[in-house]
Amino acid sequence: MNDATTERRERITIEPAALQQLIDALQADGYRVLGPVVGNGAIVYDDLASTDQLPAGKTDQQLPGSYRLVPDESGAWFGYTVAPQSWKRHCYPPVTRLWRAERKGTGFALVAETDASPPMAFIGVRACDIAAMQLQDRVLLQGPHADPVYRHRRQRAFVVAVNCGEAGGTCFCASMGTGPQVTSGFDIALTEVADDGRHYFVAETGSDRGAAVLGGVTSRPATVEDIGTADAIVARAATHMGRAVTTDGLQERLARNVEHPRWDRVAQRCLTCANCTMVCPTCFCTTVDDQTDLSGAHASRLRTWDSCFNLDFSYIHGGSVRPSPYARYRQWLTHKFSTWVDQFGTFGCVGCGRCITWCPVGIDVTEEVRAFSGESPAEPVVASV
Amino acid sequence: MHTLEPILAEHPFLKGLRQEHLELLVGCASNVRFEAGAFVFRQGQEANHFYILRDGKVAVELFAPQRGAVAIDTYGEGDVLGWSWLIPPYHWRFDARAIEPTRAISLDARCMRTKCENDHDLGYELMKRFARIIEQRLDATRWQLLDVYGVRS
Amino acid sequence: MLPDLYKVQHVRRETDDTITFELGLAAGRQPFRFSAGQFNMLYVRGIGEVPISISGDPGSPETLVHTTRAVGAVTRAMRTLKVGDMLGVRGPFGVGWPVEQAVGHDVLVVAGGIGLAPLRPTVYQLLANRDRYGKVVILYGTRTPADILFRKEVEAWRARLDIEVYVTVDRATEGWRGNVGVVTKLIPRAPFDRTRTMAMICGPEIMMRFTALELERRGVETDHIYLSMERNMKCGIGLCGHCQCGATFICKDGPVFRYDAIRGLLSQREI
Repeated sequence: MNDATTERRERITIEPAALQQLIDALQADGYRVLGPVVGNGAIVYDDLASTDQLPAGKTDQQLPGSYRLVPDESGAWFGYTVAPQSWKRHCYPPVTRLWRAERKGTGFALVAETDASPPMAFIGVRACDIAAMQLQDRVLLQGPHADPVYRHRRQRAFVVAVNCGEAGGTCFCASMGTGPQVTSGFDIALTEVADDGRHYFVAETGSDRGAAVLGGVTSRPATVEDIGTADAIVARAATHMGRAVTTDGLQERLARNVEHPRWDRVAQRCLTCANCTMVCPTCFCTTVDDQTDLSGAHASRLRTWDSCFNLDFSYIHGGSVRPSPYARYRQWLTHKFSTWVDQFGTFGCVGCGRCITWCPVGIDVTEEVRAFSGESPAEPVVASV
Repeated sequence: MHTLEPILAEHPFLKGLRQEHLELLVGCASNVRFEAGAFVFRQGQEANHFYILRDGKVAVELFAPQRGAVAIDTYGEGDVLGWSWLIPPYHWRFDARAIEPTRAISLDARCMRTKCENDHDLGYELMKRFARIIEQRLDATRWQLLDVYGVRS
Repeated sequence: MLPDLYKVQHVRRETDDTITFELGLAAGRQPFRFSAGQFNMLYVRGIGEVPISISGDPGSPETLVHTTRAVGAVTRAMRTLKVGDMLGVRGPFGVGWPVEQAVGHDVLVVAGGIGLAPLRPTVYQLLANRDRYGKVVILYGTRTPADILFRKEVEAWRARLDIEVYVTVDRATEGWRGNVGVVTKLIPRAPFDRTRTMAMICGPEIMMRFTALELERRGVETDHIYLSMERNMKCGIGLCGHCQCGATFICKDGPVFRYDAIRGLLSQREI
């Protein structure tokens, strides 16, 4: 895994062309390189072979229930916020075959699946997404039963982080303490400076293998001015967050308000469509699907992403434990901002804002959470819109 | 009967009753015994007694057409049987039949009602106790009705 | 994680919809060590996997015993199991009953319906180490006389002089001369010392809630009462998220919980 150091390693400056060298070097090392490209009307993470594919001249405008690609004149290659889907789908795939059960005589034999995916290099990982990966590490790797597929892919995943130069309309990483500055969990971290005719990246390494790759591209030592500019960009992003959450006392407040009129209000809007859980970089719920072919001789067990918003998520004989949207929305929100703390010691939300952007009815978790900060349970505080 | 007083005093239902109230009750009390299979009371009959069970087992039954006698509850040592004597028109609405040889103390209903009318403190004490029993029985009946062990399809 | 393959060695029909089956490893012989109250994820090829409590004797680990009730696709398929059929087994998982902590106490076992199956291993252990415990009382409530599980065994326990066993049914049928009514009615009669009793309750959630409340009313401390909770499970190992109840994962924080830890959860709706 990437080793985190708290002191800043020596920073260097690289020209845009060096980024192509970086991509080439990673490909030569056998990595499948993934990064931001324009696709389906959005900036998405997909296979990246050339810096020409990066979304220069475009940025994303994210608001509750709204995502638009709009022109960006800064010339930045990473001038957007976050892609609709996180990097989660690569280390924790939406569909994985766990094993096959082949009929054998009167019984059967089990054939384990081995993960044959190539190691992956992620280019353009935001601080919130790194924080999300670290949260998922805790869930999926700690304890006696680590997930083998996640572990295999995560250990080999090469992370090229890119600090945010802009905060998005739905971002609140500063409130959650996860960004916008990356501090750990990366092999290489870049800050892009693109303005006034300048275009360069201030880079630092976060691991030995990061240093090895970065050492092979054209660079020069970063000047004081380079570093100052880069740091100022990120600091500015921190003060322009689209949203905010007060985390003090939040865990207890939600735990105390299991019954609250606010849940009724949000339940009236929530479609239980599960979009939020699909785009969330920390959601980890899965289900299994047993399939056989027509002959019945070949059976396989697939693991697929699931969502606590699905009606039969909590089904036990006789019915679902959480049939109402009220209970399902409450389950998701209290898990992210309350019971996750009990379970894993931190909040389960990294403030990436995806759930706010991709909710078809624009439910804003920061607003929902704020509604519980009245003094007594009977007085919800409604945020002004 | 003096021999019944200590038995009544120890019974969970009457615990905490003042001495003078206990003596009032003793005046209405008598020892009874039911053989296995014998009816303790029949639906429709006048409710002239209530029973404090000392041992054995009594089933409260309802006779349903085509189903016969259905046992809906059983009571045993420590239980109190019957409260129809408290509520006009003082008629039993169920059958009660001893399933095992059962010993009980029967308290004469008219005697009890008269004493309660004359001594409201005694009446209140008994009402409190019966209210508690009715509450427990209602709770139990309610979740008995839910058929919690059944499979929902 | 890959299941181990087991073969059915014996099947007994307990009631109309419930069977007990005994499993042995398909290849080789190895004892299956488990604690009373733990469960396995049982896989029926091509149909699915379900969490089922182990209902056998921890002291006889050569055979793995499960009792299942047909309530869904997988358990309905299990109802047709024959000797020689193969199942996948992953486990044992979960936190079991406090059989060790109960040493030196009176023990009250309260089972409702199929809840007797996860408690049976405990009863075996109590009986195997009888002199380490005070009074042992078993209260068992079920729907009708025909639904009484492990009938011969329950009768054998009842016949013993050193434990008390009371059975009740919600609904009597013709010829039933036993107790009728909910299982909590048996509590006043049960001869346990409320100041030094450990209670273990298993059954439908409503039944456990009422029973725990009744015990609490009668002076049993809430940290001496244990319940076995149930939720949807897909993985059994704390990774799929389905079994969450409040902040707990039933599969790894439970299924056995101390009552004082989950008392709040029991009275919250749809939690």
